[in-house]
Amino acid sequence: MKEFLLIIRGGHEESGNRSPEEMQKHMQHWQQWMGGLAEEGKLVGGQPLMSEGKTLTERGTKITDRPLAEGKELVGGYLLIKADSLDHATNISKDCPGFEYNCSVEVREISPL
Amino acid sequence: MESRDHIDTTLNHLFRQESGKMVAVLIKIFGIENIEMAEDVVQDALVSALETWKFRGVPDNPRAWLYKTARNKAIDVIRRKKHSKTIDFSDPQKQLLTSGYTLKATMNDFWEEDQIQDDFLAMMYACCHPDISRENQITFILKSLCGFSTKEVAKSFLTSEDTVSKRLYRTKEYFRKYKIRPEIPAQSAIVSRTSAVLSAIYLMFNEGYNSTHVDQLIREDLIGQAMSLCRSLLSGSQTRLPEVYALMALMCFHAARVDSRTTADGSLILLFDQDRTKWNPILIRSGEDYLNKASFGNALTTYHLEAAIAYQHCCAKRYEDTDWNEILGYYNILLDIAADPIVFLNRSLVILELKGPEDALKSLEKMKKNKLLEKYYLYHATLGEIHQRLSNHALSRVCYEKAIQLTQSKSEKQFLQAKITSNR
Repeated sequence: MKEFLLIIRGGHEESGNRSPEEMQKHMQHWQQWMGGLAEEGKLVGGQPLMSEGKTLTERGTKITDRPLAEGKELVGGYLLIKADSLDHATNISKDCPGFEYNCSVEVREISPL
Repeated sequence: MESRDHIDTTLNHLFRQESGKMVAVLIKIFGIENIEMAEDVVQDALVSALETWKFRGVPDNPRAWLYKTARNKAIDVIRRKKHSKTIDFSDPQKQLLTSGYTLKATMNDFWEEDQIQDDFLAMMYACCHPDISRENQITFILKSLCGFSTKEVAKSFLTSEDTVSKRLYRTKEYFRKYKIRPEIPAQSAIVSRTSAVLSAIYLMFNEGYNSTHVDQLIREDLIGQAMSLCRSLLSGSQTRLPEVYALMALMCFHAARVDSRTTADGSLILLFDQDRTKWNPILIRSGEDYLNKASFGNALTTYHLEAAIAYQHCCAKRYEDTDWNEILGYYNILLDIAADPIVFLNRSLVILELKGPEDALKSLEKMKKNKLLEKYYLYHATLGEIHQRLSNHALSRVCYEKAIQLTQSKSEKQFLQAKITSNR
């Protein structure tokens, strides 16, 4: 099996408007989905990210006080999973609970280099 | 500001009731190799409670408060130890503890109410693993599952805190080395494994019930804890065996009489002289209920018979009303189950009541030369009593003196000395 990085973008704005009960439900969906992957041995790891950050550009000489992308492009979290192929990993990603908050998921194979 | 005493009492009570359950859940989360980590979290939660309640008062649901605090502290520990190798996260459910996406929801699952009870029972079975010595079993149960301090355990067993710490250490090492996973045994093993748990509980109970050496509070505590552990077994559908009900009944009957067994200054009162109006009718009632429930299935254990004997004593309004025939019958079956010399000795006391000193002496002569009885003060005390009734005063005195040498208990020594004095 190969390893894939799922880059989860956006969804921040929408999640802010949810009630605690809705949030709790949402977190349970993450638990179910990732729990299923863990059971099948497909979960390597992953974390949600804080929305604050800094960006270094121009060979590290310029530092901007925010992540490179904003809004729908902002990376909100990542997951490392195992799958047979890019298509397989893409299929798995279809069930990502982040879609409930209108995120996007970019699936990238980890380079074996 | 709430009174310090009220907070202390609430917390002490809560701690005895709940700390073992919290430790059991946390051991499941952190793994058996991290028992100290689990104990530290519970201790931390207790300290938080003490500090917070001092200023804000005891919350409406102190138990829920304590559990929530322990859960949050466990989340902190997981966040801190996520990348260290101390906790094994390889199990799929535990893997979810390592991600921010799933940590809280997964942690909550570990604290579901029915899970807690199962985890607690599973820890009891782990503590009573057949390879762990009886004294180590009980030491660990008292410390980790009953919320005793090392000092209190030491006091309960008249031993040093150092010895208690060593016993705890050995048990933890055993768990670590053999990677014992706490679980309720499978159906095929449940009877034999439960039997070990029951003997530990009964021993704990007897330590509180029989010993005249430790202070009253500790003794009551031991009795209460033993009964509460047994009640936990009765709450589990797999562990609710007939012999568990029987032991519960037996402990109820004994506990009902505990206050009438000693005088205010701690000396012993024999069954014959006990004030039966002091016996606790509620405990006797519960004992009857448990004994009725113990009679399903085919199991007839020593607990059944001992409970039946204790019940006979409890339901006799006066000493003279005791049904010694019925009791002798139970002793005969007991001896069939296990040829226990102590049971034999007790049986000869029944014969003494029923048929007189000659028969009792004849019965005891079969046990002459028994090494265990030779060293048992009650054997010699019984012989002393028999000879006294046979008017063999010199012989009786020798027996009583031997008994005095063999007991450590001050109140028993005094009691026997009084016998000698009256024996003239």
